[in-house]
Amino acid sequence: MSQPKTKKETEDLLELYRQMLLIRRFEEASAKAYSMGKIGGFCHLYIGQEAVGVGAISALEEKDYIVSTYRDHGHALARGLEPKSLMAELYGKKTGIVSGNGGSMHFFDKKKHFMGGHGIVGGHISLAAGIAYASKYREDGAVTLCFFGEGAANIGSFHEGMNLAAIWKLPLVMICENNHYAMGTPEYRALSVKDVSVRAAAYDIARDHIEGDEVRKVREHVKVAVERARRGEGPTLMEISTYRFRGHSMSDPAKYRTKEELDKYKQGDPLIKAEKDLLSAGWAQEELTKMDETILKTVEDSVDFAEKSEEPPLGWLYKHVYAENV
Amino acid sequence: MAVLTYREALNRAMTEEMEKDPNIFLMGEEVGHYEGAYKVSQGMLAKFGEKRVIDTPISENGFAGVGIGAAMVGLRPIIEFMTWNFSLVAIDQIINSAAKMNYMSAGQFPIPIVFRGAGGAGGRLAAQHSQSFESWYAHIPGLKVLAPYTPSDAYGLLKTSIRDNNPTIFIESEVLYGSKGEVPEGEFLIPMGKSDIKREGTQLTIVSWSRALMYVLPAAEKLAKEGISVEVLDLRSIRPLDEEGILASVRKTNKVLIVEEGWNVAGFGAQVAYLIQKEAFDYLDAPIERITQEDVPMPYAANLEKSSLPSEEKIIKKVREMIK
Repeated sequence: MSQPKTKKETEDLLELYRQMLLIRRFEEASAKAYSMGKIGGFCHLYIGQEAVGVGAISALEEKDYIVSTYRDHGHALARGLEPKSLMAELYGKKTGIVSGNGGSMHFFDKKKHFMGGHGIVGGHISLAAGIAYASKYREDGAVTLCFFGEGAANIGSFHEGMNLAAIWKLPLVMICENNHYAMGTPEYRALSVKDVSVRAAAYDIARDHIEGDEVRKVREHVKVAVERARRGEGPTLMEISTYRFRGHSMSDPAKYRTKEELDKYKQGDPLIKAEKDLLSAGWAQEELTKMDETILKTVEDSVDFAEKSEEPPLGWLYKHVYAENV
Repeated sequence: MAVLTYREALNRAMTEEMEKDPNIFLMGEEVGHYEGAYKVSQGMLAKFGEKRVIDTPISENGFAGVGIGAAMVGLRPIIEFMTWNFSLVAIDQIINSAAKMNYMSAGQFPIPIVFRGAGGAGGRLAAQHSQSFESWYAHIPGLKVLAPYTPSDAYGLLKTSIRDNNPTIFIESEVLYGSKGEVPEGEFLIPMGKSDIKREGTQLTIVSWSRALMYVLPAAEKLAKEGISVEVLDLRSIRPLDEEGILASVRKTNKVLIVEEGWNVAGFGAQVAYLIQKEAFDYLDAPIERITQEDVPMPYAANLEKSSLPSEEKIIKKVREMIK
């Protein structure tokens, strides 16, 4: 995609850059807190993939729904969930987005139509089809966006969800964030196809495949799929190629890939690309540095908030196992 | 009072609830045009149309997930499994999504869904189509598990399940669909967690549920003729469990036999036995006994199938031993 030309385009890119930078800084702070033992469990970082989440989610309206995976921090921040409540959740505090019940893999925010981070690979795909099904049932005009990794494209739930979405023409956009490794297994050892989106042919639905290093390009392509869904023309299967700079999770040193490979992909860092574009469009480096400082402060505040928050009271252990009948 | 079959009672419950609430829909294999593999949804497509009575492809994992997703945004799906044997390919969705969603989201996403369909053993359907899964689902916090025996209980409990804001596992007995019983006129609900004394007695309590009562009740009748007075407690609701109802009966009779169609190891009867020894140990005059399905996959041969299941004879023999 070409560089921003008008002032409006530049300001637009600046906002998308701000969101990506917030995710990057938030993730760096999470990694640090994890290393210090403040965050438990699995912690899957999104560093390197920011342009996908930010670009895709910026193509949505408020009424649209997002269904995420266990790698959900970036999607949640892109949707505008509060860094404070997300960091507090990572810390397992009562002020967390789900009061310490979910942790890293299970962010939920009903008000923002953020329908969860889900921990079973591919299991959430049919849930997303169900949310889209409800939109069709109620004719509310909303579209559901579902993120998954290329590893999920081999599980039954993916195929069943795709087939059901296709036969019922559900307003669903399926985004395969192909970061080339399902934990430690490279795609060529696990996928029968080189491009996940070609599987759309098996369900006779629309497909798209792009590189995910330019945030505005991602949005432009996702918008096409979202509009198609909103017109009632059914689901789209998209593959957006990307790369995670860290291991599968914080506990993975990622020794299955070479330093050369990592360095190559780091050249395509979506933040550096956006930054270059902003500078060429005449934006001052000082402005960007100032923005970074503001974001760092926001993230520091979120860590401070998480540190100072209380743990959930033990009396909450049984809270929410069952919903009340009213 | 009307006499209805078990399947008619279920049909009436679903129809009445769907007439009241447009958020309810029925989804599953053959529920629409075929009118239900066991004809439980007969006439419902004609009444509610294809939008609310939805045929699915053979994709249990997929349509269970679709139901759960729809429930996340406030619809109230009834998902029919043609048989509970097929629910095993959807068990990830039932356990990992339906049962836990409200907890993981700290109460933001209750899942008001009913999973229902034919369950239980028998009919010479052999190993993969003939088994009882109450114990499996009862193991999971976040689920409620119902298994009615009479048409009246089936009606009242299904209506309660549809109105409940939690995922409910509603296991119907395949061999009971044609059984008849009186169902009171007018609407009524049966609360979950409330057992029913199907027969009063003084000398021994048989705790049972669902199709196993087909053997228990006639056995109790025959034992009565020998002068042995057996109380028959139908749990109806496996989770939540009517602990007080069970204990009250044990305190009265002082002896307990648990009869279940499922397997013995880690079966639900073991949980009931634990409850009784913990809360009513001093009232027991004999060890708690259990009769279950034999510890084998279901055989096809008629004689082997019969011998693997609880039976009147086994129950009568065991009760006689316990009363001696």
